[in-house]
Amino acid sequence: MPQTASVLPRVFLAAALALTIGATGVAASSPGPAGGITLEAADAAAFADIKIGGDIESFRLDNGLEVVVIPDRRAPVVTHMVWYKVGAADEPAGMSGVAHFLEHLMFKGTTNNPDGAFSKRVAAIGGQENAFTSNDYTAYFQRVAKEHLGEMMALEADRMENLILTDAVVAPERDVVLEERRMRVENDPGAMLGETLDAVLYVNHPYGTPVIGWPSEISALSKDNAIAFYDRFYTPNNAILIVAGDVEAGEVRRLAEETYGKVAQRADPGERNRPSAQRVPGALEVDLADPRVNQPNLRKAWLVPSYATDTADDAPALDILAEILGGGSTSRLYRSLVIDQGIASSAGGWYQSSTLDDSRFMVYAVPSDGTTLEDLGEATRAVIDTLIAEGVSAAELERAKTGLLSTALYAQDSQSSLARMFGVALTTGSTIEEVRDWPRVISAVTAEDVRKAAETYLALLPVTAYLRAPEDAGPAATANQ
Amino acid sequence: MGISIAAARSAARLPALWRAGLVTFAVLASLAIASVEARAVEIQTVETPGGLTAWLVEDHTVPIVAVNFSFAGGSAQDPDGKEGLANLMAATLDEGAGELDSQAYRQRLEELAVKISFDAGRDAFYGSLRTLTPNVDDAFDLLRIAVNDPRFDADAVERMQRQIISGLRREQKDPDAIASRVMAETAFPDHPYGRPSSGTEESVSALTPADLKALHGRLVARGDLTISVVGAIGAERLAALLDKTFADLPEQAELAPVADVTPKTGIRKDVAFDVPQTSIRLALPGLKRDDPDFIPAFVMNHILGGGSFSSWLYEEVREKRGLAYSVGSYLVPYDHSGAFMAATGTRSDRAPDTIAIIAAQMQRMAEVGPSADELAKAKAFLTGSYALRFDTSDKIASQLLGIQMEKLGLDYIDKRNALIEAVTLDDIRRVAKRLLADADPIVVTVGAGAS
Repeated sequence: MPQTASVLPRVFLAAALALTIGATGVAASSPGPAGGITLEAADAAAFADIKIGGDIESFRLDNGLEVVVIPDRRAPVVTHMVWYKVGAADEPAGMSGVAHFLEHLMFKGTTNNPDGAFSKRVAAIGGQENAFTSNDYTAYFQRVAKEHLGEMMALEADRMENLILTDAVVAPERDVVLEERRMRVENDPGAMLGETLDAVLYVNHPYGTPVIGWPSEISALSKDNAIAFYDRFYTPNNAILIVAGDVEAGEVRRLAEETYGKVAQRADPGERNRPSAQRVPGALEVDLADPRVNQPNLRKAWLVPSYATDTADDAPALDILAEILGGGSTSRLYRSLVIDQGIASSAGGWYQSSTLDDSRFMVYAVPSDGTTLEDLGEATRAVIDTLIAEGVSAAELERAKTGLLSTALYAQDSQSSLARMFGVALTTGSTIEEVRDWPRVISAVTAEDVRKAAETYLALLPVTAYLRAPEDAGPAATANQ
Repeated sequence: MGISIAAARSAARLPALWRAGLVTFAVLASLAIASVEARAVEIQTVETPGGLTAWLVEDHTVPIVAVNFSFAGGSAQDPDGKEGLANLMAATLDEGAGELDSQAYRQRLEELAVKISFDAGRDAFYGSLRTLTPNVDDAFDLLRIAVNDPRFDADAVERMQRQIISGLRREQKDPDAIASRVMAETAFPDHPYGRPSSGTEESVSALTPADLKALHGRLVARGDLTISVVGAIGAERLAALLDKTFADLPEQAELAPVADVTPKTGIRKDVAFDVPQTSIRLALPGLKRDDPDFIPAFVMNHILGGGSFSSWLYEEVREKRGLAYSVGSYLVPYDHSGAFMAATGTRSDRAPDTIAIIAAQMQRMAEVGPSADELAKAKAFLTGSYALRFDTSDKIASQLLGIQMEKLGLDYIDKRNALIEAVTLDDIRRVAKRLLADADPIVVTVGAGAS
């Protein structure tokens, strides 16, 4: 639906899925990522043997840089990415937003390639480039014709150690980031509620701080803050190079040694140990009333293990639970709330599986006219309680597995998607083998595993968040205005 | 949001109401270059026994088949007072068909890992199918019933209406969406392009299954059907499947004529809305895709405010002054009009300065134009990046569909970069004068402090 713009637009779900698959994969042998893979049938059983990433190879340079090569020879282009194992959750206290701010500043130039020369060169060869920051990683990429790979590697290696910043470029870029925050967050009450929900859900853990940063702290960020962060975390032993496309691993190794191989270790960032998120007793609610809201909605969030923190094989079951409970128009929540009861115009849920630390499981619903958020919340709870009490059907389990695993297979069509899959996995505590083996792991999940995961995590009290217009607000929400 | 990734650079904010036009445009933008490197995109023309034509790129590397298709006539065909009808049809064609009610149909899609979707543009109605090779026959069969025999059951239609209305309510409070809506109605008053393509709460509420059946009968026909297919399937098998899927459709669509129209100029609209960032839009008359100046205009726009991070608008608005995260300009070609647009968003007190800077860059383009070096760099980017539009089945299918819809010819992929290369500084100056000299654009702002 082009219309599902709000709580969790479909685009967002897709992104979540793609990241899920980050711990996941498909395929086989030679030219493409799926290298001539032949499917006998397209059902969950047939998917179990698929290995994601085809002829993927990996190795490590002497300076500690990890290198991953994913051949896809269908088009003469390459996707070149460098992932740093650092994100917003690694920021010093009081300096929220510095990871993302540095990401912006990385385009400003180096001693060898000043004044944005890297970007100019990418444009001159018809390349595409960008970068992104999350809680757990920061990544930079270019997509170029394959003959330019060596030059991209030289420029990115240069940027790993030679960044130069001046106040003249830093000051306007800080304004750009503040505009980015206004656009993404402050212009959108739903996004503001999302920030508040995270702040309440992640007790004692930095995932409660927005990746882009709090406005007052962004405003205070300086050139020196950014450089200190750069010097502490941007070093080959804290980075992963991923090259996907029309390349040979041997050639990538040679080019990597000539470029990245010359970058000395600049720091030892050490283990990424963050304080543990805490479950605190009591019902937690966030109630945001805003005059810009004329379509209320509700969300519920639970703290759950990610693939990285999972110690009981619960993560694959949570993946499937999210599909059955909230994945699309055949899911439990949609069928019950939207179709059978007609009390919601949309409903669903998702599991954020690929994070370094404990993560979240979310459900959402948008009420139909005449339904209060509180009533909708109780109906949502009832759907979950029924699933915990009665379990899931064999047909539901099969559909969910097919859906998850086919997404991994479809991703084989895109070298960029594959590169991202492995980048996310490797910066959030998973290994290449775990990604490749994900289809088998998903295939092995039983109906009772799914029911038990729901009972273990969703029977607990969630954090509930309401978004509404002021006239609909309860006393607590209006008092906050 | 947790996964929230913040990109350093943003491809600008494209107003939803204009996006339809851009679907086609993106294609144009792309067409070209395979010259240098050319993954061999070998296009076969498939003529079916039933008399349909499709373009096919056969590639068995991944076990996927991608089909993109379109019928002429999109939301511009919505009858007066029934705005949003084509959009509602896009939302309901896959909500039950043939013997399968909504839930049965959706479950079947999931069991087979088949993806089917529809989308209403301004001038065309789009569809797509994605399937894994073992399920090709079943996938086409699900597509066949959706296209030929949609149920439009009252409960499913009502459910989609609710969902669409919920989205429309959110858009009423979204400054970008408000700006796009106001711009469309200001640029194209009393014309289908000026109406909200998703409709309004009032118009969508009043739509019925009978309305959907009527539109389906008028619009879904084989006469103006365009098809492109990419993936693991041979021509012969494809031909048989296409005939089963589409050959029984009525021969000709019954489309209402849409008048040619030139966007208005010289109107200022400031919508007061209490948000910290003001949404800004500028619009001028542009070019249709078949205008001889379209390619020079496309190159000119790239230098002024197009895709890469080196455009004049990016440099002046973002890099030097930090006024905005996202800023850009676009050519928006429709079948019956053409527009030139610029869009950005900035802190409310900086909106007047930002508008002045954008206007000054437009004027600079008309009066001074780019240097020879800037033109050379623009050409290098546009030709060099063409191959990046052909590295997935989805992208190739979308490219081929656009080339066919614009009737650019089977050899366009090979010719496109030469067309870009042939653009001269004189061409750029001519087209810049034509579009931007003494420009008196429509300006729309949505934000606090509007007067």
